[in-house]
Amino acid sequence: MATKLLIDAIRDTMFEEMRADERVIVMGEDVGKRGGVFRVTAGLVDEFGENRVIDTPLAEASIVGVAIGAAFHGLRPIAEIQFFDFIHPAMDQILNEAAKIRYRSAGDFNCPIVIRTPYGGGVHGALYHSQSIEAIFTREPGLKVVAPIMPSDAHGLLKTAIHDEDPVLFLEHKKGYRLVKDEVPDNDGAIPIGKARVVQEGSDVTIITYGMMLLESLAAAKKAAEKDGTSVEVIDLRTLRPLDRDAILGSATKTGKVLIVHEANKIGGVGAEVAAMIAEEAFAYLDGPIMRVAGAEVPAMPYSPPLEHAYLPNQEKIGAALDRLAAY
Amino acid sequence: MSTTSRGTTVRLPQLGESVTEGTIGAWLKQVGERVDKYDPLVEITTDKVNAEVPAPVSGVILEIRAEEGNTLPVGAELCVIDEGGTAAGTLAPAAQPPAASEPASRANGHGAGTRPPRAGGGEADVLRTRSSPAVRRIAEEHGVDIGRIQGSGLGGRVTKQDILRYVDEQHAAPPTPPVEVAPPPAAVRAAGRAIEEIVTGPRPGEIVARPAPQPAAPPPPVAQLPAAAARPEVAIWEGDQVLPVGAVRRQIAEHMVRSERTAPHVTLWMEVDMSGVVASRARAQERFRQEEGFELTYVPFVIKATVHALREHPYVNAVWDEERIIRRKAINIGVAVALDDGLIVPVIKHADDKSIVGIARAVRDLALRARAGRLAVDEVQGGTFTVNNPGTFGTVLSTPIIVQPQSAILSTEAVVKRPVVVEDAITIRPMMNLSLSIDHRILDGLSAARFLGTVKHWLESVRPDTPLY
Repeated sequence: MATKLLIDAIRDTMFEEMRADERVIVMGEDVGKRGGVFRVTAGLVDEFGENRVIDTPLAEASIVGVAIGAAFHGLRPIAEIQFFDFIHPAMDQILNEAAKIRYRSAGDFNCPIVIRTPYGGGVHGALYHSQSIEAIFTREPGLKVVAPIMPSDAHGLLKTAIHDEDPVLFLEHKKGYRLVKDEVPDNDGAIPIGKARVVQEGSDVTIITYGMMLLESLAAAKKAAEKDGTSVEVIDLRTLRPLDRDAILGSATKTGKVLIVHEANKIGGVGAEVAAMIAEEAFAYLDGPIMRVAGAEVPAMPYSPPLEHAYLPNQEKIGAALDRLAAY
Repeated sequence: MSTTSRGTTVRLPQLGESVTEGTIGAWLKQVGERVDKYDPLVEITTDKVNAEVPAPVSGVILEIRAEEGNTLPVGAELCVIDEGGTAAGTLAPAAQPPAASEPASRANGHGAGTRPPRAGGGEADVLRTRSSPAVRRIAEEHGVDIGRIQGSGLGGRVTKQDILRYVDEQHAAPPTPPVEVAPPPAAVRAAGRAIEEIVTGPRPGEIVARPAPQPAAPPPPVAQLPAAAARPEVAIWEGDQVLPVGAVRRQIAEHMVRSERTAPHVTLWMEVDMSGVVASRARAQERFRQEEGFELTYVPFVIKATVHALREHPYVNAVWDEERIIRRKAINIGVAVALDDGLIVPVIKHADDKSIVGIARAVRDLALRARAGRLAVDEVQGGTFTVNNPGTFGTVLSTPIIVQPQSAILSTEAVVKRPVVVEDAITIRPMMNLSLSIDHRILDGLSAARFLGTVKHWLESVRPDTPLY
């Protein structure tokens, strides 16, 4: 057990898995010699060589396409997309091939790949380096999507993702890389995909969130408790598909008031699905409107610092929504 | 409302679409009493809505101009509030006669600022009066009246915490003997079903149809009702539970008493061999279920037979109106629908236009919407004859009470297999009794029996190939 940053937890897990299973390979733009633009893969090429840590051309469709082919032939590729914002050229490979091959081949083929990619804003990255477009992928029935923010969760979920027999999109919040740390077990503690975590128990309002918004939500919850004695339950989804039905409905029925928080824009986001699930299945337990605090409905993260700040949800915005919901 | 130097006149507000009048229920405030703005003043019942009229201003009740039990048009004056007054009536009540017939448009003509507050107007109103699913669920589970709880939420809303606290407090309170209100037997409930009508007073349509008031006094009614005799005190015994009577229950009770007192009831029974109907229904059921999505019952057959008989005997589709008899052209059949907390009698308008399937659809549509509370006011008015089906609950005979001002009511009883004699042989047939109560002022035994005989004959003539569409 050691205290690790998110970035170190992810890197160490890859080391562990590559040592344990030589079928695990890493591929992507600058992942080898450079060690990745964020240094997530630093040192891998030195230990495992260029055959297992592959620098690819700037061609996302090829990165994923090659990974799919390698997976069909028995390898367990980890494909890195340098920024989530760059994933669009690989959409056809991800959605049409990786996510559908098991179904299309009636189970004859499966595609055990992990696509790792940094997402999210608040790092002054502007339009092409800040996007949170997970909702495009969470609507895809053949794809699992995870977005852990705590290093221990990233460690456990990356292990499970690599061992999964089907494709997993692994989202890493780039702002959290060197900001979030906690105790991470050594080479242990696999966490099942599809399980949320109750980070803090409460009885008045539930916040359902993920990513960096977990930290903002916890801060807002603390403030609400100090200010009005509001008892807030905070749930980190960790997995965005499949959603943890039991955790979501369990908490919604317990408190009767739900606030969903995410950095991605509101309309058609992960929160919309969570809200719909609660409305459908826990209606009789609701004691207030299901509310959402989410990113602005503009095409992308602005570059201007004040506008970037205005775009992102934060503890003040979450706190204001909490107050309204608690008083409802 | 209108404001004068003498106070603010509160008028009967528009309580819903196509609601033109309301009956004054209990006054919650009395003359001389201090009221705050939004305090409920008086209960109003209409055939569909029960509401409270809130005070439009704070002040003291100067005068009450509408008596409990009166049915008044929208816009009628209810009371006067003196905004400057002090409690206990320092100002003498005004002696002006109430201008009950003043139209609503005039009352509202002073501009938006002087309109009476509408029921369920603003968001705050909605928050205070509508409860969340969680609160309603808890209220139902614990049998709690949400209206009794002080709300701490937005706009005075009762929150989940409020109701849970209330339930806890009730449990913590010293135990009172549980109320064991035994539900009446199904048959009794059923028998009352069609006859309970919650509409009182003249209906708009009837007012229009009435000729101009005659200068001469109308002839006296056939029977003068004795004034209600002094009611002997009912002793309350130890352990008794004393429950208040709700406005709807009271209206039902009043209507029943009025009907029994005005119309001399005579009940006739005939038994019907339902073999043909049973066979026809059995033959059609599978296809009907597929095409219509619900079960075909015997009720549409009985209504169809009734409609046929009403056409044959138009004197049954009529109203006794003291100095005259009105034979209705429209055949509108009221059908009793059971609700969780009572019943309602929606009306199939122009039932003579409909086939058996058409009637089945109409009955189902009205029943579903009645249970969902989605009937329009017009849909529970204008019946010319009522059919009631206590047989569903197993009754074999009943003595229904007529829905005023109709002249008869038909109850269909359970279809029961019985040994009967047919052509001197004993055989088993599905038999059903029909119970017909008539108003003996307008119908006699012979005419009623002819009518009932036609219903019976129609039902016994149904064959498996009788068209349903």
